Amino acid sequence: MNRRKFLQSTVGSLAGWPLLARAQERKTSGLVEARYYIKLPNRKIQCKLCPRECIIDDLERGYCGVRENSGGTYYSLVYGKLSTAHVDPIEKKPLFHFLPGTTAFSIATVGCNVMCKFCQNWELSQSTPEQVESFNLPPHDVAQFAKSRGCASIAYTYNEPVIFTEYMYDSAVQGNDVGIRSVMISNGYINPEPMRDLCSVLSGVKIDLKAYTERFYRELVAGELRPVLDTLVLLKKENMWTEIVYLVIPGQNDDRKELEELCAWIYKELGPDTPLHFSRFHPQYRLKNLPSTPLKTLTMARQIGLDSGLHFVYTGNVPGDPGENTYCPVCGQIVIRRVGFSVVGRSLNKGTCEKCGAAIAGVWF
Amino acid sequence: MQRRDFIKTSSVIGGGLGLGLAASLRKPLRAMARPSRANDARQSRVVIAHRSDLRGAKQSLVQPQVARLLDTTIEALFQVPAAAAWRSLFSSRDVVGLKVNCLAGKHLSTHPEIVSEIVDRLLVAGVKKQNMIIFDRRSRDLIGAGFQPSQQRGAVQCLGNDQSGFTAQLFEYGAVASQISTILAHRCTAVINLPILKDHGIVGLSCAMKNFFGVINNPNKYHMHLGDPFIADVNMLPPIRDKVRLTICDALTAQCEGGPPFMPEWSWPMDSLLAAIDMVAMDRVAWDIIEQKRAENGIDSLEKAGRKPSYIARAADAEHQLGTDDLGRIEIVRV
Repeated sequence: MNRRKFLQSTVGSLAGWPLLARAQERKTSGLVEARYYIKLPNRKIQCKLCPRECIIDDLERGYCGVRENSGGTYYSLVYGKLSTAHVDPIEKKPLFHFLPGTTAFSIATVGCNVMCKFCQNWELSQSTPEQVESFNLPPHDVAQFAKSRGCASIAYTYNEPVIFTEYMYDSAVQGNDVGIRSVMISNGYINPEPMRDLCSVLSGVKIDLKAYTERFYRELVAGELRPVLDTLVLLKKENMWTEIVYLVIPGQNDDRKELEELCAWIYKELGPDTPLHFSRFHPQYRLKNLPSTPLKTLTMARQIGLDSGLHFVYTGNVPGDPGENTYCPVCGQIVIRRVGFSVVGRSLNKGTCEKCGAAIAGVWF
Repeated sequence: MQRRDFIKTSSVIGGGLGLGLAASLRKPLRAMARPSRANDARQSRVVIAHRSDLRGAKQSLVQPQVARLLDTTIEALFQVPAAAAWRSLFSSRDVVGLKVNCLAGKHLSTHPEIVSEIVDRLLVAGVKKQNMIIFDRRSRDLIGAGFQPSQQRGAVQCLGNDQSGFTAQLFEYGAVASQISTILAHRCTAVINLPILKDHGIVGLSCAMKNFFGVINNPNKYHMHLGDPFIADVNMLPPIRDKVRLTICDALTAQCEGGPPFMPEWSWPMDSLLAAIDMVAMDRVAWDIIEQKRAENGIDSLEKAGRKPSYIARAADAEHQLGTDDLGRIEIVRV
């Protein structure tokens, strides 16, 4: 009997012993060991994926609900387990300066590392894997499916992709191999090391910057602002194409001073070419008591952004608003005209304004 | 010496008992089943019942002795014959959920032997077999603890929330927003809480109130800040607050360190059941038991270890009023 056969038979005969039985179960159920964690005494682990850095006892899960400690080894419960998949216009993410007019194969699992009271996808983001029916789609198949449907990119979206970083990374690698790029639609609540690793395989990122105060993050997000700002700076350093969405919630994060400080920070730390989308809030989840954002508030926010020197400031969730278009920052020409998620006109030639020839920042064909 | 004489009350402080002594039992016992109020003058009783003859060969449980232990426990809690107590708490109209705790596997979970005895007594009380539902977070956990999941018609039901699902409705209280097991929210009219007694690596103590993390969809969101105020808030959610009628803690094996998983080096055969109506009072007493065992083993107190179970006091505060954590107002009955 060789060593492997001996071990197999021993494990089999000791199946009643909890740790060995669980290890065997994990092996056979195809769960993937998580990356970014350290082992601690007494079978505890500490997750190093996001700034929360959960210390997790054996048998327990992290805050995200999709990463579980089993016998001192940390597993992703959602690797390859899709809850939903759609072919979306890239504008829906929204990414306005990334291959406009193309489609993105958009995939999600379940779970999230924050708990926004205004989440529009809470039935996915706040659920556990047991609650939502999933289907298996390995990274290779993600890339092949995206290619077969004519998508220019794979978008990791709907729920927070940071919590399925292993699956996202591996899918992005497979996509790159067949010429399909990857974009992450994220809250930016991630530690530097995994973010840097992701930058090596992603082509674009959209960050939901929920507010510009720690109070808001503490009370309405169950997270922190500082690490998100750090992620944005890191993305800039890594030359990752990044757009920012700021959901404007009446009475919560729409104060003029806060918006001015936000725009000044973006201008200073990320540069004027960083697109900023001020999106309209609609009552959702645990904030059903608030009204939708008045259009005039979005218009004010956009004007603050433009006055701060930012070149590309948009209004979102307001189909038909002029704030959906991309304007040349030099001559003011509309270089991309949009209605909702549709591109309806272009005056852009290889990333330059057709009228004045100015370069427009972005990822173009 | 009469049976009652065996009951040794180790701590009786304060006024009248007010617990189940009335001639007409049904009404007072039902009234007791409601969460007591912290400002209530009535005491909260916690029974700690022990038998030293529970285990036979290879430490297996001796079923008749388990039955006797359960009856002694219930009689000490309600101070009436056990059958009368069960009949007073439950009726043929009830659908009774038996919320066990099976996360840690067969060595540190609610024992099927105890649940089996409870089922027998519910039958005598008139509850139909198919109206009893043994449940926990996941079916695989139930299997691991020795239960046989079943949804067979006419039989006792046994299943995990992963099979039954969760409410579409979101239940909110304080910092908590959760979906609740449909077993508890939609099917049950009453719940018997059947936790275990163990140390918990984050919240300090896992006993009565913590067991209801196993009926919400997102306990992972509330394993921080020592579970405070989350555990108290979860227990305020109406389906839990209104349906729990009795808590019997399976402390046949208890564990003072290293939880929630089973750690043989920190567990001991306590061979006891704890019972109470007031979950806060039970948790307060359970905390002391854990502390005592930690001291015996030379381990730091939970407070020194940075995980004092502050959620117990939170549950007793003026906002929550789920019970009392004042040892001076808790009547501990040892039998």
